[in-house]
Amino acid sequence: MATTSTLPIRVQLFARYAEVLGRESVALNLPAGATVADAVTAIRSLPGGTLLPARPLVARALEQVLPDVPLAAGDELALLPPMSGG
Amino acid sequence: MGYLSAEPLVPEALVREVERPEYGAVSTFLGVVRDHHAGRRVTGLEYQAYGPMAEAECHRIVAEAERRWPCRVALRHRVGALAIGEAAVVIAVGSGHRAEAFEACRYVIEELKQRVPIWKRESYADGTEAWVDPTAPGGTVPTAREAPR
Repeated sequence: MATTSTLPIRVQLFARYAEVLGRESVALNLPAGATVADAVTAIRSLPGGTLLPARPLVARALEQVLPDVPLAAGDELALLPPMSGG
Repeated sequence: MGYLSAEPLVPEALVREVERPEYGAVSTFLGVVRDHHAGRRVTGLEYQAYGPMAEAECHRIVAEAERRWPCRVALRHRVGALAIGEAAVVIAVGSGHRAEAFEACRYVIEELKQRVPIWKRESYADGTEAWVDPTAPGGTVPTAREAPR
């Protein structure tokens, strides 16, 4: 493993996003200093990932989080398709 | 108490949760599964949720409404497979008078639709299916099973 990859995180996928990527969870190891947007970019580089928007809704710790927020090791993100409850 | 339910919703039970001797009004809202969407005949649908966040967001919305209006709010949303005519969401708001009961009820359903991570997949009479997506042209996106890859 490259020594620059020091930020392990997990990303949960839901509904259509889980469908197009063919899985409900992805483990990533990002460079130190990576942001929410960097995690999205990594997910979008996976097979099927280009079907996701460039700026999807993202949640961390059960609350929505902005793209420029820096990540911490062990963070659990969730990529949320446009909501359609109710 | 959970806001998500895999079992059929019972509106009367939510009304009882918000009754108080000093309340003169109980406003209710039922969101019901409709048999058509964008000109297509819907035969059934399934709700999926990001459970922990949906519970947290419902809790936040209820707390906001109860801070903003003098009222008590009960809220439940179905998950899983639903048939036409079944209640997908039930809201009951008890308050001293009707104005704040109506306003708080409206607030809760509008915020829920914007903020609670729940997703609806519709099945159609022609055998196809789609995710409901209010941001997409036509309001739906074909499921991976339907979309050409």
